[in-house]
Amino acid sequence: MTQATAQPLPTQSRPLVCETLVTLYFVMALVFFTVALTAGFVMALQLVYHNPLQGIELFSPGRWRMVHTNAIAYGFLSNAFLGVLHWSIPRLTMKPVLSVALSWFIFVAWQGIVLATAIGILYGQAQAVEWGETPVWIDPVAQLGLLLVCFNFGAPIVAMRGPMYVSLWYFGAAFVWTFLNYAMGNFLPQYFIPGTGAGAIMGLFIHDLVGLWVTPIGWGMMYYFVPILLKRPIWSHGLSLVGFWGLAFFYPLTGVHHFLYTPIPMFLQYGAVISTIAVEFVVTTVVINFFGTIWGVARKNLRENIPIRWFYTGMVLYFVTCFQCAFQTTLTFQKIIHFSDWVVGHAHLVMLGVFGFWVIGVMVYLFPRLLGTEWWSRSLLEWQFWLMVSGKILMFITLTIGGLVEGFAWYNLTPWIETVTMAVPFWAFRAFTGVLIYVGNLLFLINIVMTWLKREPKQPSLQAA
Amino acid sequence: MFETKSGVFLIAGLFFFAIAFLGNALVPMMMYRDLPELTAEQLVNPHVMEHFRDLSERYPESFEEHFVLGPTEENCAEALRLGRSVYVGEACWHCHSQFVRPVGNETVRWGPVAETWEYQNELQRPVLFGTRRVGPDLSREAARRSNDWHAAHFYRPVDTSPGSVMPEYPWLFDGAVYRPNKRGLALITYMQFLGTQLPTYPYYERWESDLDGLHPGVGIPKERWEQMQRAYRGAEEASTSASIEEDDNTDSPATEGDEKKEDAS
Ligand code: HEC
Repeated sequence: MTQATAQPLPTQSRPLVCETLVTLYFVMALVFFTVALTAGFVMALQLVYHNPLQGIELFSPGRWRMVHTNAIAYGFLSNAFLGVLHWSIPRLTMKPVLSVALSWFIFVAWQGIVLATAIGILYGQAQAVEWGETPVWIDPVAQLGLLLVCFNFGAPIVAMRGPMYVSLWYFGAAFVWTFLNYAMGNFLPQYFIPGTGAGAIMGLFIHDLVGLWVTPIGWGMMYYFVPILLKRPIWSHGLSLVGFWGLAFFYPLTGVHHFLYTPIPMFLQYGAVISTIAVEFVVTTVVINFFGTIWGVARKNLRENIPIRWFYTGMVLYFVTCFQCAFQTTLTFQKIIHFSDWVVGHAHLVMLGVFGFWVIGVMVYLFPRLLGTEWWSRSLLEWQFWLMVSGKILMFITLTIGGLVEGFAWYNLTPWIETVTMAVPFWAFRAFTGVLIYVGNLLFLINIVMTWLKREPKQPSLQAA
Repeated sequence: MFETKSGVFLIAGLFFFAIAFLGNALVPMMMYRDLPELTAEQLVNPHVMEHFRDLSERYPESFEEHFVLGPTEENCAEALRLGRSVYVGEACWHCHSQFVRPVGNETVRWGPVAETWEYQNELQRPVLFGTRRVGPDLSREAARRSNDWHAAHFYRPVDTSPGSVMPEYPWLFDGAVYRPNKRGLALITYMQFLGTQLPTYPYYERWESDLDGLHPGVGIPKERWEQMQRAYRGAEEASTSASIEEDDNTDSPATEGDEKKEDAS
């Protein structure tokens, strides 16, 4: 890989990649990650009767819960993804993005939109669309922002010649999907379609946000970074094809599985269940492909190469969530586990355990390159890894078991309040696992600051960070 | 085709998305297009008006301050709209669902299975099905509890429901539990609306087995109502040694009956 030399804002000869932007996106991602973890922790404390901010309107736990999920989706993952896209798309196409000015504008606008979303939610203006609680007055701005993102990154893809690498299939399709999906989920149920029909659309929106934005960008990222880090090609091109086209076909069809047993027509619910199970087969081919890639050099790399360890941990957890999903989507499982903490555990495993971990892995790989120096402390990186991974897995386990306990208690017609107090021990343990993750994140932040402080001051452009 | 730009952008990006949209979004939209979408004004019914009037009598000062013209139908519609927006803004819908499933004994706990027509109205835009239940389903909440129960509960949930993890909402009140502000009154009205549309309203736990041919609450003879309550008490005392007073957080029929009586009185 040729490293583009980072210079202050380019004038005549544009460097391929604007590295300052990549750094800034990562920094903002971590800022919002910290906000999201804090918000999640407030909610966790509420559930164990120890919310220190009880009774303060702006800290209403419900509002913070929405800040938590939105900050993760739009603040943490999306910011980090935009950074990765700035790093990888010019390298994959050998062309810079459409315009540097536009890139900066998008960066500022994106932070503005996420901040406005958080503030709007805290002032009680949320929109009743799960994962799209962005107040209605921000939606059109966000839609426009997505259009600019499509143009900015679409330009080099459209301009390039020759075959596209796997990552670009995922990235390219994700731009189209996300633009359409955002419009569908945020405007149709609000302005055009009432009731049950809108429920189906919101199911699609929830799932497409994860399945057609987070997932394809995440896998595109893996297809890009894993071969570079392992210094060997992806195991099977055929499986890459199966993985992409399987995802593209089946993923959009699964959304209704979020609302099984609602008045949404039953044949649509069956369809969603079947395509969800189909997705799991596709996912298995992708995971096999990546394990084929590391086969033979796994032990050495997993021990020494921390980014690779993050990536493959995420992949194992990805397989776990998807395997779990094939069961939990069936009507039999739904009967018990829907509405319970089982689903919460599932969602946490996907968003942080898979995509969050991948993004952190990429940051571990790229920060030294962006800052032009080695990590300040490798042992902190190790501590961070083990704290976050063990925290996440324990959280998943406790929520899954707690969910089963709740589900069966509900089924048994246990008085409601008893089903709540029954869940409190699980929630208490969950709060503890949250602390592990929080501490892991703090170690990462400390490590980044120290690395930044010790870097050689030869790159003036980075002072902006 | 599989690795070209047109394949990726047009077939995977546009075409597959469009198929899913046609199948999963347009189909239900077409199926339900003949069901009229009701406005909040059209949703106001005698049941919810009964609660709205009760609010005006229980909290006369707050009520007169915020709903100047008194418990009129227009004010009730306004309260429903505002109540719903508080419900959305506070993320009540992230802890409470609004649909009863045909499985998991939910009909016993809450009432009849949810149907599409219930959701064809302005207050379900966007629809509030919900995906998580920390607290119980609320789609048949009306008349399960009295207005002052709701006020006390929103002010400090553990007072009415020891062990509850529901957050406190003191900002729905002007300083004291007996002074709900406009948002508080509206939210209570909204709670007392949920489920009033259904012909078999009202509901409480094990509502079906208690029906016995009649439905309790509005419209049944007073003697019959009291007879049913005595029957509950007897059954309760025979089956558990716990006294009714100690037991008032367990949603038992006897307690429900008490509240119902309070409410009616
Ligand atoms: C942290 C999750 C949570 C949030 C947020 C929440 N609730 Fe609750 N709610 C509960 C729990 C748990 C219960 C059961 C215990 C109890 O009665 O307090 C409950 C019970 C209720 C009940 C009593 C139902 C019955 O008849 O037994 C009502 C009504 C209610 N909530 C309304 C609301 C409203 C309105 C909001 C938003 C302002 C809200 N809840 C927000 C968790 C929550």
